[in-house]
Amino acid sequence: MEAVQTIQETEEEITDEFSLFDNWEDKYEYIIDLGKKLKPLSAEYKIDINKIKGCQSQVWLTANEDDGRIYFKADSDAVIVKGLVSMLIRVLSGHTPQEIIDTKLDFVNKIGMTNHLAQTRSNGLLSMVKQMKNYALAYKIKQQS
Amino acid sequence: MISADTDIKPFDVTAIRKEFPVLQRKVKGKNLVYFDNAATAQKPQVVIDALVSYYQQFNANIHRGIHSLAEEATAAFEATRDTVKDFINAKYREEIIFTHGVTESINLVAATWGRQNIKEGDEIIISGMEHHSNIVPWQMLCQEKKAKLKIIPVDNNGELIMDEYEKLITLKTKIISIVHASNSLGTINPVKEIIEIAHQHNIIVLVDGAQSAVHLDIDVQNMDCDFFVLSSHKIYGPTGVGVLYGKKELLEEMPPYMGGGEMIKEVTFDGTTYNDLPYKFEAGTPNIADTVAFKAALDFVNEVGKDNIRKYEVALTKYAMNKLSQIEGVRLVGAAKHKTSVVSFIVDGVHPQDMGILLDNYGIAVRTGHHCCQPLMNRFEIPGTVRASFAMYNTKEEVDELVKGVEKAVKMLR
Repeated sequence: MEAVQTIQETEEEITDEFSLFDNWEDKYEYIIDLGKKLKPLSAEYKIDINKIKGCQSQVWLTANEDDGRIYFKADSDAVIVKGLVSMLIRVLSGHTPQEIIDTKLDFVNKIGMTNHLAQTRSNGLLSMVKQMKNYALAYKIKQQS
Repeated sequence: MISADTDIKPFDVTAIRKEFPVLQRKVKGKNLVYFDNAATAQKPQVVIDALVSYYQQFNANIHRGIHSLAEEATAAFEATRDTVKDFINAKYREEIIFTHGVTESINLVAATWGRQNIKEGDEIIISGMEHHSNIVPWQMLCQEKKAKLKIIPVDNNGELIMDEYEKLITLKTKIISIVHASNSLGTINPVKEIIEIAHQHNIIVLVDGAQSAVHLDIDVQNMDCDFFVLSSHKIYGPTGVGVLYGKKELLEEMPPYMGGGEMIKEVTFDGTTYNDLPYKFEAGTPNIADTVAFKAALDFVNEVGKDNIRKYEVALTKYAMNKLSQIEGVRLVGAAKHKTSVVSFIVDGVHPQDMGILLDNYGIAVRTGHHCCQPLMNRFEIPGTVRASFAMYNTKEEVDELVKGVEKAVKMLR
């Protein structure tokens, strides 16, 4: 396998980027921008089987494995969630199942976005993280067999 | 411009605000603007005091103890029943059944009256603007009994299409369960007319007063509804207390809902005879403290005066609708002629949840999403709305904050 940036390195990178913002508006503007820039999933993937239902917004997630690494693609109908989704993909996509299973996603707390993963948000984001880890677990089992 | 209306001051809102301690707090460094009153209203100090004093001075289990504390607690609990009776103008105090809230009240009727009276092929009518809690219990009953659920359609203004309602009625129709005021749009439905038509066909009517009891004068005798349900926490009272009002003759015919203590007259292993109303439906130790404190909330509302509150809220709602509709891209959802203090809106190209997240950062609490009314949202082909709902303590200045917040959020999100 070629050397790629570790999950931890990407998390630190994002944390550094966020340390530049001194007010919440700039921070959210950046996340909204990330959301707008995330390439939309094509309609063929926006199907029920890929849908992670939240109470308020929807997230679609797909995963595929290539050479022992997992690559994620996702989309959401709400732009802030989409921005957060974009960061999760940046951190987790392209890593091995074990690396994805092991990560605790500490950066979410460091950039002050923990509340978006809280139960009350019901926005599918927490379920998305679980689903990403489930994919990792499934591919790991597949690799071992 | 309607803004002049808000200068009518039926009461001193500054003084009112002082009664609600939570309004003093900051959210994300900003003054809290609480516009989620249709979900639950904040509690005045008198209600908080009543809760504390119940536990400090006379906590006891009610109805059976012969000691002084039990007698005092029972008297306080039963005093709330009398206040509720007057609040909705019921004929008899035993027509007031305490539950955990509107959801339980509706489930109680569906599970008792419903199981007893609904047979295969029968029909139940609800409307297209019901909260899930006035849909699901009937769906469950219909499934069990192989009965049919029929829906009164809603027009583009968010009002019921009354002609269609009459057409839905057949000889098989047994009950109509209808919301008095819509939680997501604020529409006030013509329940008296609905009941009159239903009664001409010998059909029972349940009125869901979750949103109406706090705003409108409720007179169940004049309305002539067969059942009326309400929740304390939406009327400035504690959570976990609700009411089921039912006409005495109906309640007497109905089987009990839950079995246990309090609801019995005599128990042997061969069988049980049930207690009289209202206790037949109040199995187990009830939510005594919250029920006792609910009285303080009703007294508070009566003291300020429902008419005064209504005048103020109507003016505030008009002001908000006017201001919000001037923002480019904002579309108000629900333009019923008669409305409670609810303003629901969507913004072109903006997901309601994104709006809610940004408004929260300005310290403004609104509700976003489908408001537990997915069928209604589907009717309008939207994923949900942003909903601001007003209470007696909200101000014109707070509405201005909301308008500013929406404008800024739109700029960020577009």
